[in-house]
Amino acid sequence: MSVRRLADEAVQPASFAFSPENAAWAEATINKYPKGREQSAVIPLLMRAQEQDGWVTKAAIEAIADMLGMAYIRALEVATFYTQFQLKPVGTRAHVQVCGTTPCMLRGAEELMDVCKRRIHAEPLQTNEDGTLSWEEVECQGACVNAPMVMIFKDAYEDLTPARLEEIIDQFQAGRGAKVKRGPQIDRILSAPEGGPTTLNGADAEPAKPSAPRSKKTPDEAASIPPSKAARAKTAAAETDPSLKTPATAKAEAAANTKVKGNARDEAGAKSPDDKSRPTGGKKPR
Amino acid sequence: MLKDQDRIFTNLYGLKDKSLKGAMARGHWDGTKQILEKGRDWIINEMKASGLRGRGGAGFPTGLKWSFMPKESDGRPHYLVVNADESEPGTCKDRDIMRNDPHTLIEGCVIASFAMGAHTAYIYIRGEYMREREALQAAIDECYDAGLLGKNNKHGWDMDIYVHHGAGAYICGEETALLESLEGKKGQPRLKPPFPANMGLYGCPTTVNNVESIAVAPTILRRGASWFSSIGRPNNVGTKLFMLSGHVNRPCTVEEAMGITFRELVDKHAGGIRGGWDNLLAVIPGGASCPVVKAEDIIDCPMDFDGLREVKSSFGTAAAIVMDKSTDIIKAIARISAFFKHESCGQCTPCREGTGWMWRVLERMAKGHAQKREIDMLFDVSKQIEGHTICALGDAAAWPVQGLIRNFRPEIEKRIDQYTHRAMAHGAVLEAAE
Repeated sequence: MSVRRLADEAVQPASFAFSPENAAWAEATINKYPKGREQSAVIPLLMRAQEQDGWVTKAAIEAIADMLGMAYIRALEVATFYTQFQLKPVGTRAHVQVCGTTPCMLRGAEELMDVCKRRIHAEPLQTNEDGTLSWEEVECQGACVNAPMVMIFKDAYEDLTPARLEEIIDQFQAGRGAKVKRGPQIDRILSAPEGGPTTLNGADAEPAKPSAPRSKKTPDEAASIPPSKAARAKTAAAETDPSLKTPATAKAEAAANTKVKGNARDEAGAKSPDDKSRPTGGKKPR
Repeated sequence: MLKDQDRIFTNLYGLKDKSLKGAMARGHWDGTKQILEKGRDWIINEMKASGLRGRGGAGFPTGLKWSFMPKESDGRPHYLVVNADESEPGTCKDRDIMRNDPHTLIEGCVIASFAMGAHTAYIYIRGEYMREREALQAAIDECYDAGLLGKNNKHGWDMDIYVHHGAGAYICGEETALLESLEGKKGQPRLKPPFPANMGLYGCPTTVNNVESIAVAPTILRRGASWFSSIGRPNNVGTKLFMLSGHVNRPCTVEEAMGITFRELVDKHAGGIRGGWDNLLAVIPGGASCPVVKAEDIIDCPMDFDGLREVKSSFGTAAAIVMDKSTDIIKAIARISAFFKHESCGQCTPCREGTGWMWRVLERMAKGHAQKREIDMLFDVSKQIEGHTICALGDAAAWPVQGLIRNFRPEIEKRIDQYTHRAMAHGAVLEAAE
């Protein structure tokens, strides 16, 4: 979990309204969900508000909550729970999100963050002097075979080197971000291996014929492990020993264990507050 | 090696026409109506016979999952929800399906929805996949225009598909958290039972499936269950998208047969390990939540559910994160712990507190600034988290740490020794106890 709070009152704008185009889009989005379930649209609407204003303002959260008939707190908790919502202003020309999770880290995400620290700001989520650029470290962005990568607004820039990232930052700073090549920055096609795909390249194209089943085996034959346990690693921990008696495996013993004769308090010798033999002097507990 | 003609995702890299016309030319949307006409039971039985196991990580048989939906509606609508919240570090297969081969998924949604009596499907995409969302929406719009979706469509089964998105929360990949998020709430998992098949989205019967599980269904039904089950080993059949990231020469996503050995997979498609096979240190075989496996154990291990279970790890989503000998393994796992600490939803105490605890200890261990007895304590903490939370994120956070301690304990101890040794050299005075 991470603590996320709304921006300071001083930077919060007084009001929020969707542009006419976005308002129409919002209407259509709300209609995707069944009647009475308008709340479902809260994440898409907040995201649209962020695209419109650059960040999620308190006014926007409240306006959207009103649109969807939600309590403010429900919208506020959504805005603070989901980490993609920027709760304070970020760079207007580029907000560089560097993926720092292990697959990217292994291929040099830390050097990319050094570039950001040097070029933008020493601290994440702080804008540079003229407010055009900012950066942050984010968790896995789902482009692991193209590591290391950064996201800038809607686009991913993949297979980066520190030098290439500097060039990209230069371009965005100069307001020419739209011209930067998106996706992989080296000679490869999306997620195919560098130097050309090893499959789907027609290398083993043959006259299509129905492939004969290689063997008639039913999937059940070798199913020794129930599928619900399949993803679990084998463990040697003592508490998972199947011979242990637990309430789940030994129901009879467990049931016997919970049975009590009469009032358990009396048997234990505890005295009721009204008991005559109770020592006097103390106040009766209420 | 799997032949191109047996590959399901024929446009994985987007080299061919992505439009509906192009998809139809490659054989998608072929005879969908005839498949639906064979009836619900035939589809579910065929899916069961194919032996397809869910591609989202847990490996639950897809046909069986579909059969849990009530046969008759009790007045509540049924829903299909497709889990495209692909956030497991190392995993990026659904991204390629959605941006390059979206019609496999859309056709799969129609068939799966028919098999479970649903007229509405929601596809929940992670918020970061904005371009993928646009590509998928464009493909869906194309299908509406062509009369393949919507009311009174060509298939005779009214069908609506809506694209919904999240906003950066790993936990929303858990099925009940995803449903909460889809209802417009914080993504905090629900207790099961009731299972989603009885009480899911909006309290209605719902099935949540991974993108890949749904997208392979049409091809399986067209080519027959026996074709699919003839690939791979028993109980681990079919083709699968493998992802190779980290220290391989040419990282990539590729569709291969289940049960291919790790060595063959890397040599054929990823150009080998950086610095050669002798330079391999360890592999996380199925996405960040799977325990790390040492080089000697994995090199000739078949990449499937049972093969990786044998080496005390898990197949997960088949996203292999490869680490060579230049890797600081303790730091790599500490970064994974930081990920889980960041992504814990905060609902259950063992996970909320434990993930941060493990991360702080591992950060110190990465420097060597720890006591050797803390290794056992860390293992104990991970065992206290595992199995004591509502959802599997607690387990997922514990397994990498357990894998590290199981396989690389000497490495941690060496690091601690080095740190203490340096400390003495810098003038710390050792005193005898009284």
